[in-house]
Amino acid sequence: MLILLPVCRNLLSFLRGTCSFCRSTLRKQLDHNLTFHKLVAYMICLHTAIHIIAHLFNFERYSRGRRATDGSLASILSNRSHQEKKGDSWLNPIQSPNMTVEYVTFTSIAGLTGVIITIALILMVTSAIEFIRRSYFEVFWYTHHLFVIYFIGLAIHGIGGIVRGQTEESMGESHPDNCSEFFEKWDDPKFHCKRPQFEGLPAESWKWILAPSILYLFERILRFYRSQQKVVITKVVMHPSKVVELQMNKCGFSMEVGQYIFVNCPSISYLEWHPFTLTSAPEEDFFSIHIRAAGDWTENLIRAFEQQDSPVPRIEVDGPFGTASEDVFHYEVAVLVGAGIGVTPFASILKSIWYKFRHADHNLKTQTIYFYWICRETGAFAWFNDLLASLEQEMEELGKVGFLNYRLFLTGWDSNIAGHATLNFDKATDILTGLKQKTFFGRPMWDNEFSAVAAAHPKSAVGVFLCGPQTLAKSLSKCCQRYSSLDPRKVQFHFNKENF
Amino acid sequence: MGQIEWAMWANEQALASGLILITGGIVATAGQFTQWYLGTYSIAAGVLICLLEYPRGKRSKGSTMERCGQKYMTRVVKLFGPLTRNYYIRAFLHLGPGAVDPLLTALLSPASTLAPARLSVPAGFLLATILGTACLVIASGIYLLAAIRGEQWTPIEPKPKERPQVGGTIKQPPSNPPPRPPAEARKKPGEEAAAAAGAPTGGPQENPVPVTDEVV
Repeated sequence: MLILLPVCRNLLSFLRGTCSFCRSTLRKQLDHNLTFHKLVAYMICLHTAIHIIAHLFNFERYSRGRRATDGSLASILSNRSHQEKKGDSWLNPIQSPNMTVEYVTFTSIAGLTGVIITIALILMVTSAIEFIRRSYFEVFWYTHHLFVIYFIGLAIHGIGGIVRGQTEESMGESHPDNCSEFFEKWDDPKFHCKRPQFEGLPAESWKWILAPSILYLFERILRFYRSQQKVVITKVVMHPSKVVELQMNKCGFSMEVGQYIFVNCPSISYLEWHPFTLTSAPEEDFFSIHIRAAGDWTENLIRAFEQQDSPVPRIEVDGPFGTASEDVFHYEVAVLVGAGIGVTPFASILKSIWYKFRHADHNLKTQTIYFYWICRETGAFAWFNDLLASLEQEMEELGKVGFLNYRLFLTGWDSNIAGHATLNFDKATDILTGLKQKTFFGRPMWDNEFSAVAAAHPKSAVGVFLCGPQTLAKSLSKCCQRYSSLDPRKVQFHFNKENF
Repeated sequence: MGQIEWAMWANEQALASGLILITGGIVATAGQFTQWYLGTYSIAAGVLICLLEYPRGKRSKGSTMERCGQKYMTRVVKLFGPLTRNYYIRAFLHLGPGAVDPLLTALLSPASTLAPARLSVPAGFLLATILGTACLVIASGIYLLAAIRGEQWTPIEPKPKERPQVGGTIKQPPSNPPPRPPAEARKKPGEEAAAAAGAPTGGPQENPVPVTDEVV
């Protein structure tokens, strides 16, 4: 039930759009949908374990009760009611002393469906372990579709009515509080207690899972419908280090900064959808993604686009998804930190900021941007390099050099690169990137950076945006707390971790 | 589906089934179910399986994340050599517990005869542990697939730290002094006067203004 809702991407986008009057911090919680999905999954596993253990004990008791011949309450309830066969009023599902619990398990609907769906659940969980998911995504994705079996099994799990309860009528005439001690006298027609009658309790799980299942079904149909809409590829740019940029157009597509889309290429794989962050700004008349070769699907895609003579492969697009990072525009001073592949959404953000700045957009409160780009080596991000270079040039033309301050940190340097850099120390542009700012080597010292920013803007609210690993998020948020002054009128750092 | 190493998933599945076997065994033993001694057996089998499967093998492509503290078990598992390296053997070992035959015999007649040899065949008799054995059958199937594709278990070993060779690049110190002009040319004219005046000659550098070392 709850596990299906967080994975209805389009439903979440719809909620985000309709609840735009809500504060963005509330809407940001919608970005944690996968975390919620995992938490609910853990709960399902825990409760499955409790459920199974409880039924194991239950069946053991039934089995003992069936085999007991000592005239105890358990044996009488088991034996008498079955021999009666008055309608359906038995209690103990184990019908004869020779029947084993295993037999009942595998011949009853509840038992069989229970075993099947538990195995499906275990397979889903083991293939969803982070290690497997990150390394072999297809195993995870296809195995996870066992959830269909899980839900169908769950719905029919209770149909057999093995869990019995006393009928209303019987509760009226022989309540267990009054009659359970006098079970020898039940047959006595003069006694006020009669034998209790039992009936199967109806299946209830379908009531819980029906609505979310229907919502999820709509979601998949919607995804399919959106995927059938025509996507026109207007431009394909091959960047160095096996990066391809696709500029596309789709009818009715409107994006915000920092969102991502899912892309499918039927000629490579019918069923695989892969997410890519949008690297174009909303002000542009196309939307673009940059795809780097990082696995089978991406390599095949790049190869397909490299071939000049064959027609351009068809692309299907679903999206955009994700919370827009509009908060970036609301801070006077923005500190943007992109680590590794996390630099991609900042392409969109920087372009959009630049467009808004040029058109003197009132929504843009940003006056200064400090952009920190941390990566091992710039090879795969040469296209981002070019973007920074062009922004640099445009800023010079407009005379606004202080608007964008960027620093590039290369963490994967060796003595060769360092030596090269020392030799070319006096040159105006950096030898590695060609930008005016020199490349730094190693990781940034955040204390220095934060204190410099705090000194330069003593009275502003500074928004710190990170797209990168968790460890970096921790150190940045610590720095934010340390360098925010106690006086709320002076510099305040606000940390936002963007989940792209 | 690309380059998938089935052994990795099989390893996770087997580890999970080991844990489930242990849980089922504990439930059966603690609840004193009928034939609960099979529960104790399943705890033992589960523990063995967990110990065997805990150290993750090395991926052939890419880096592998170790499970925490796995290096102690890696050493033990490595000792068994081909027994643990080969996935066919692992598939057979896990299949023992979950073979279908004992399940059928349990259904038709509640016999308590323990089948010989394989690891957890007996656990298939007890309801509490059937789940563990079923998962183990699946794990053994995936291991079989991995073995057919030629995968092997290789231990993750920490790379020996390359100690920086102190002085390794320093060869023999130069035997010849650096070339210098002949002694007469080395002596500068000021030196003689300074020597005569008794002022200290500070080597080749003559400071026009007296320099003091300011230590703060």
